[in-house]
Amino acid sequence: MLSAVAAFWAEYGHLLISGTLATLAMTGIATLFAYLFGLPMGVILVITQPGGIRPSRAVNSILGWIVNVGRSLPFIILIVAVIPLTRVVMGTSIHVRGAIFPLVLASAPFVARMVESSLAEVDSGVIEAAQSMGATTLQIVFKVYLPEAFPSLVLGASISLISILSYTAIAGVVGAGGLGDIAKRYGYERSETSVMWVTVVLLIILVQIVQSFFSFFSRKIDKRVRH
Amino acid sequence: MIEIRNLTKTFPTPGGMFTAIEDVSLTVEDGDIFGIIGMSGAGKSTLVRCLNLLERPTSGEILIDGVDVTRLDGRELLRLRRRIGMVFQSFNLLMQRTILDNVALPLEIAGASRYEREARAAELLELVGLSAKTDAYPAQLSGGQQQRVSIARALANRPHLMLCDEPTSALDSLTTNSILKLLRDINQKLGVTIVIITHEISVVEKICNRVAVMDNSVVVEQGNVCEVMRDPQRLITKQLLGRVMWDA
Repeated sequence: MLSAVAAFWAEYGHLLISGTLATLAMTGIATLFAYLFGLPMGVILVITQPGGIRPSRAVNSILGWIVNVGRSLPFIILIVAVIPLTRVVMGTSIHVRGAIFPLVLASAPFVARMVESSLAEVDSGVIEAAQSMGATTLQIVFKVYLPEAFPSLVLGASISLISILSYTAIAGVVGAGGLGDIAKRYGYERSETSVMWVTVVLLIILVQIVQSFFSFFSRKIDKRVRH
Repeated sequence: MIEIRNLTKTFPTPGGMFTAIEDVSLTVEDGDIFGIIGMSGAGKSTLVRCLNLLERPTSGEILIDGVDVTRLDGRELLRLRRRIGMVFQSFNLLMQRTILDNVALPLEIAGASRYEREARAAELLELVGLSAKTDAYPAQLSGGQQQRVSIARALANRPHLMLCDEPTSALDSLTTNSILKLLRDINQKLGVTIVIITHEISVVEKICNRVAVMDNSVVVEQGNVCEVMRDPQRLITKQLLGRVMWDA
């Protein structure tokens, strides 16, 4: 049994480690950039909606439309369709580098909706109180909306991270590697099911770690619950 | 002094225009505790929200110390709001901020220094009797304590006018009394004019010197509290005073 494990590790250890690293790199970097774009988009969606603190039907519906278009394209189609653009932006359309751009493109709209729903949970009475104090729009965003929604944003970030993690499996089509790609190549194409199952277990462990950490952190910082 | 002249506010609704307040005229003198009483939906809340332009009136004027505030916008509007404190039925504290930081928020918004903010907030928490709770969060406080914090917060920028929207409606009767006493003290010691909305006549009896009765978007009766109570003219006033049998 032990020698079987050793043999398996000797053959596939390197592959699995580099696959895990590629998955972590793609997920981490893509999530970071997805939030860089998605967070402001979510904020704008909330403040420009009817009854928001800066209502604008035009901005809200145009941005909402862009977000919906971004979310309705299947990632497998999007990643191929934007290859020429990826080449311009990233300098290459393959490997981890080439996967980051389409990942961000696909997940920023998702993040925008996650942020929008977190901010929508902030009690409208608190927003009204800030308005009654003479707060500017930016002050309400930075002093009220974002800090009050922070525990919810953190929980939302775990959902975003995990969906981006599952997108990375598809990034294999541009040779980005990663665990999902290994599972597909070895398990689906070559019927080496042991490798597939190990990658599946690794993915489950990653998802569990992300979810537990973020849930713990969100509860820890939320002052609405008594500790 | 606040002079409200012929104030009207209408809202577009799917079923046509809805008139929340119609042709309301009132005068609030400096130092008053002015009660606005009426049933739910009478338009009291909209009226008080027009005073700091959380609602824009459709027509009419609101003169605060001679300036028509309905014309203000941009920076001037923000400056007006910073001079008016507001207290809400549901307290509306920031749940992720400590009590001290909640009270300091209006000062932070007005651009005061950290030292100034903390000193002033501590002083106000002392005034409302919550010095021991400085570092607590709102969720750790009772309703009455939360309302004390929100009153301290409303006073942060040293306003001359405080608007209270049903400040005791979420509280039990004993807590209501302590909050009313606090408001009366603030009015007497700091000289802050208070406009208070309520649907309970006892609130008016206990602390108001003047009162306006609203019914169906209109002010139907107003004057000194003693006079209105002694000789109510309108059915709604008599009903609010409990002088009509409840099942009549």
